[in-house]
Formats: sequence, structure tokens, C-alpha cells
Amino acid sequence: MATLSVCQPQFGGFSFDYCKRNAVFEAEVTKLGCSVPGARKTGTTICGVVYKDGVVLGADTRATEGMVVADKNCSKIHYISPNMYCCGAGTAADTEMTTQIISSNLELHSLSTGRLPRVATANRMLKQMLFRYQGYIGAALVLGGVDCLGPHLYSIYPHGSTDKLPYVTMGSGSLAAMAVFEDRYQPDMEEEDAKRLVRDAIAAGIFNDLGSGSNIDLCVITKGNVDYLRPHDEANKKGVRAGSYRYKHGTTGVLNKTVTSLPLEVVEETVQTMDTS
Amino acid sequence: MNTRGLRSQLKDSVPVTGLCPQAGAYGVPDTLRKGFSSVKNELVPSHPLEMSEKNFQLNQDKMNFSTLRNIQGLHAPLKLQMEYRAAKQIQRLPFLQSSNIALDTLRGSDDSIGFEDILNDPAQSEVMGEPHIMVEYRMGLL
Repeated sequence: MATLSVCQPQFGGFSFDYCKRNAVFEAEVTKLGCSVPGARKTGTTICGVVYKDGVVLGADTRATEGMVVADKNCSKIHYISPNMYCCGAGTAADTEMTTQIISSNLELHSLSTGRLPRVATANRMLKQMLFRYQGYIGAALVLGGVDCLGPHLYSIYPHGSTDKLPYVTMGSGSLAAMAVFEDRYQPDMEEEDAKRLVRDAIAAGIFNDLGSGSNIDLCVITKGNVDYLRPHDEANKKGVRAGSYRYKHGTTGVLNKTVTSLPLEVVEETVQTMDTS
Repeated sequence: MNTRGLRSQLKDSVPVTGLCPQAGAYGVPDTLRKGFSSVKNELVPSHPLEMSEKNFQLNQDKMNFSTLRNIQGLHAPLKLQMEYRAAKQIQRLPFLQSSNIALDTLRGSDDSIGFEDILNDPAQSEVMGEPHIMVEYRMGLL
């Protein structure tokens, strides 16, 4: 945006201005035997399951940034519409902005149609947008919701492919979570059983995948009602210290004490009324 | 860099005017107006998405027109193209940002939000083109 083409008007959208500069940088730096900073590894466990009269979505709350835990209690279940929520894995900013844009579009759509949006609509919007950007938007999503046709659950991959399944998992802990689902999933479960199953699946991801950790968030969506449980369960409770190791007051003796008074005089004092209109 | 399929993208969607894309009115590179450039810089995109993003609306329109032609016959895309053309002419002066509301309504993109509406929005641009040059370019004087 530093320079403006003299004749042509500008267009909005992604700017690729710095790609060429970065390529030149990388070539120069490699010549010197150094390396440019690369992308950080991310890690997440998210999953969802369809039960008798709704959908349960689950997510862990650790934000991983390479070897560093960037956030111990981040929120990975994003709002899409009153009857839909979406778990996001991958690049945190990408999942956030993707879900926000689709949420805005669905709101506009439901305002113009006057109905609650369908989950299939959101799924199609998401996959068309992700396909347009060819996987460069690193958002792996689990979309769940209840509409006029009942509960639906989709998993959406960063390149734009989607699956519609009764139970799905995503992220680096997806294998651990899927193992739990494959073992214990049954069609038409009760709400409590579904919640426990999702909790155990996320817990499997938290304990067996280093990229996932901290608490377990759940989102239970039924017809006309959403129950967002954050946190639902703390998988790793922090221990409490048995005793207090603080020094008591007066442990170090005071040898002497001097008080120096600061001689100041109040010359003028005015009171003004504040304008509160 | 992923350059697979680049050739087909280039062939299909970039309007190639001549050998030198920087050529000015006299057929030689117009360095004073368009700055220094190299042909390689102009032809090879710096990011795999750059080409498809640059031509996204163009290709989208093309696809819609051909679908429309297959469904309703030639008259439908012709008529729609005429309407697009008319709507495109409702603009502010070339150096001022136009909202393109009529064109957006025709395209059906007036009730959707995309990255082009929130990122790098030209209406929020900090710099403005030289008004005289932009108007002259639009009028075909330059």
C-alpha cells in the first residue's frame, strides 16, 4: 500500500506486496547461511457428535505456538448463528476471521430470507471460501448445528473438502479423540452420554497429544437452545501448596527509622462543578 | 513456490496486450509513468494465489455467463452484460472511490461480506492517485 498505481484504481482484498520482498530476503539470508523464521506448529483437539436430539461440540483450550503454550485458556468454539457453532483448528487467526465472516454473511442471509439459516448453507459458504484460497487459509473446522431438518455435523478441511458424519474429530489430537468415538459411539445417544463421550474424547486428546491441553469446553446445541459450557471440565487441576512459604512481617528487624516532613502550603483551592449534562 | 498450472492460468485469464506489458502509448516501456520494471516480475506471480485472486471476479463472471448461456440461450448473458456495462458507468470521478452499488446489486454481492470488503479497503486508503492523470487515463487521453 506504500505506492499507488498512478492510473489504475485500487482493489480491496489480500495484498501480495510483501511476498516478492520476502522471497528476495529469504534468498539473501540463505546466501549468508542463516534462515528466516518459519511458521509455528499448532495443535488442537476438537470434535463433535450427533445425539438423539442435537449436537455436542467439544474443544480443548490450549493455544500452541511451536514449543510454547501461547494461551492456557483460549476459546476454540466460535459462534456462527443462534443455532450453529463451529470449532476451529489450525491457524488461530484464520479460524477466527473465517468464522466471523461466515457468521456475518449468514446473519445477512437470514435477515434477507427471514428464517434461521441451515447448517448446509454455512457448510457450503465455508467450503467455497476455503477452496477459493486453496488451503492458504489454514482453518480446519467442525461445524455443528440444528436446523429445520434436524441436527447436522460437518468437518471442513482447509482445502475446502467437507464430510457429513455422525461423529467427527479434527486437529492434531483427532486420532486420540477418534479412537474414543470409534470405541463408544452409538446412534441416538442420550444427552448425558453424548456429553460424557465428547468429554472423554477431548480428554484423550489432552492427555495423549502434546499440542492439546488445559480445559475442556463443550457446546450442546438442541432445537431452539444452546448450552455453551466453558469450562465444562478441568482435565489438569493445578495442585495447591501444602503450606505458606512467605516470610512473616517483622522477620527482618528494623534498625532505625527517620521521617522527613515535606513543608508545603496550600495557596489556593477552588471547587468547580462538573458538566454532567 | 507452486507454479503448477500457472501456464494455463496465464493463458486463460491475463489479457496480454503485447510482448511488453509495460508498453506505453508509443510501444516502448513508459518508465516515467509506470516506473522501473522487468518482464519476469510482471509475468511470474510472487504468490500462487495472486493470479487467481486478481482474476477471481473476471473468471466468476465468465463462468456465470457461460452457465447462463447453456441454460437460457445467448440472449441472457448478452442482456446481463449490457446491464453490467451500464451499471459500471455509474461512477464518481476516477480518483474517488465508487461504491458500485448498482453493479453489486446486479451481481448479487450486495448482501455478502468478503475479505475484499474488510482488508485493504480502497475507501479507507491513505493515499490518492493524481486526479488529473487518473481522469486523463480514463478518458483515453493518456
